[in-house]
Amino acid sequence: MNKSSIRESGSDRAFTIVNYIVLSIVLIAVLYPLIYVVSASFSSSYAVLSGKVWLWPVDPSLDGYKAVFKNKNILTGFQNTVFYTVAGTLINIIMTIMAAYPMSRRDFRGRNIFMLLFVFTMMFSGGLIPTYFVVKDLHMINTVWAMLIPTALSVWNVIIMRTYFQTTIPHELLEASQLDGCNDFRFLLRIVIPLSGPIIAVIALFYAVGHWNQYFNAMIYLKDPHLYPLQLILRDILVQNEVKIDMLGDVKSAAARQGLRELLKYSLIVVSSVPLLLIYPFVQKFFVKGVMIGSIKG
Amino acid sequence: MNLSDLRKRLHPLYFESPAGYTKSYAEGGSQLKTLYDVRKGWQLYALFALPLLYIIVFKYVPMFGSVIAFKQFTVTKGMFGSPWVGFAHFERFFHSYEFWRLLKNTLSISFYTLAASFPFPILLALGLNYVKNERFKKTVQMVTYAPYFISLVVVVGLLFQFLDPRTGIVNTVLGWFGVDAINFMGEASMFQSIYVWSHVWQNVGFACIIYLAALAGIDPSLHEAAVMDGANKIQRMRHIDIPGILPIAVILLILNTGQIMETGFEKILIMQNALNLRASEVIDTYVYKVGMVSQALNFSYATAIGLFKAAIGFILLIIVNQTAKKVGQESLW
Repeated sequence: MNKSSIRESGSDRAFTIVNYIVLSIVLIAVLYPLIYVVSASFSSSYAVLSGKVWLWPVDPSLDGYKAVFKNKNILTGFQNTVFYTVAGTLINIIMTIMAAYPMSRRDFRGRNIFMLLFVFTMMFSGGLIPTYFVVKDLHMINTVWAMLIPTALSVWNVIIMRTYFQTTIPHELLEASQLDGCNDFRFLLRIVIPLSGPIIAVIALFYAVGHWNQYFNAMIYLKDPHLYPLQLILRDILVQNEVKIDMLGDVKSAAARQGLRELLKYSLIVVSSVPLLLIYPFVQKFFVKGVMIGSIKG
Repeated sequence: MNLSDLRKRLHPLYFESPAGYTKSYAEGGSQLKTLYDVRKGWQLYALFALPLLYIIVFKYVPMFGSVIAFKQFTVTKGMFGSPWVGFAHFERFFHSYEFWRLLKNTLSISFYTLAASFPFPILLALGLNYVKNERFKKTVQMVTYAPYFISLVVVVGLLFQFLDPRTGIVNTVLGWFGVDAINFMGEASMFQSIYVWSHVWQNVGFACIIYLAALAGIDPSLHEAAVMDGANKIQRMRHIDIPGILPIAVILLILNTGQIMETGFEKILIMQNALNLRASEVIDTYVYKVGMVSQALNFSYATAIGLFKAAIGFILLIIVNQTAKKVGQESLW
């Protein structure tokens, strides 16, 4: 679109200016809370408590982070969450491909019925209590399996992946491979999966975000604190304000304790959010494609 | 790929027309052919077995398990041994003191969320589409996507930090103007606004991706022609961009309306406290409390309430889709 030869009219220039101003306001509105949290987490507890932090850290200190990394519950939670996210996402991807590939093949008899069976579960569900009883009857309560198996597959992601397979893997490729004596397993492993890198990356990110941020299933299925994911510990500290005194080390005065408690929250928010925010720029370039195929999800 | 094409491909029952696929084979519905296909494709069925088992065990078994809504279920008697009570639990719910309050809260939170979160991604996309400075555009996109990756627990934690009556920054700023500290999280009247606008903050950037992609798919020659005819940017937006993204916007609106009974239950649950309960108790949180945390757990009653919600949601989705079809707009199926 080369419009540089035509001079912008007055109303267009006004539009451009207003547009930039509005977008800048949006940018600041989204960015400011994030900057504030990071700055507060690097400030001293006194500065946080007295409301001196505005934009940049005041009296820089790492006390909050020290308190976070000294805390056993937080570290265990972090390890558990990493495990649930990695193992869970791996299971998700394998299951999604196993469901999506056959349904992308038109010589797969019964695929329409299977698809209806899958899609119906998106529109109607048995609900919380019956699902809980299924998990309970399978003896998964209070085991790591409760965090991995009940969320093993998302029908929505199966549809996205199936659509991708149908539109990007040419039928001729399958025929040529079959002529060379390639069976379905080999074709999937050697041809389809290597050709589907971008969509696997996007879907893995969707699943990983879900696992990393999961707290509700953990809350109803897990009872042993050693199995708790980070989000459940975050909920206790951030929302229910349950910071135990021994988390704060050997701080004596009540005021200092109060300050460190607030500081610990900010540092914890940063520590728990950074891993996902670091992964996402690498996957971002595949996003538009993944989201476009998955447009209906909204 | 244009939008109607995309929609067609996304249809659950859509398959590419079989090029290079012999006609008799494609249409051969005879049992012999079926048997031949199944045998030849046994590896596909082997792959499919595990996902199918998952769907049956974790989706369909609970669906049939929800018959306990029509029984007086006790753990000792089990699902089959418990006596039938018909619609007693439903009647109890409809006549209960909570019924109207739950329905009102559920619907008002949903409509409020829909009204606030639907237009903003569109406006953001339209605005970004006219930004020529690539770096500025990339920055705005990067920053507005970021909150999507922050967990609900952390977002609610942030709300608690910012809105805290003593140490929160919002009350500090209000203090400068002589406003007394407000306990935002304890005000029932503010609960829904806090919930909805933090939702918008978290999702606006991510939701805008799809509209940006749709805008990028609009034929540039339309814009060139409009510029030649002397159209200004507002006019081009009005007559080119908005019609261009309308189909996808309608699909998303249908889908969101169909989900109107689905409140962001997990977020509401952690935002709830005794002070704001009047405005924050929705059907989902109530089911959770009746079935999982209350002193006297009542599985059947909780399941009945959940089933009521699921049924309403299902009917709504169908009505909305049929209406959209009749008006001649996009539909999901």
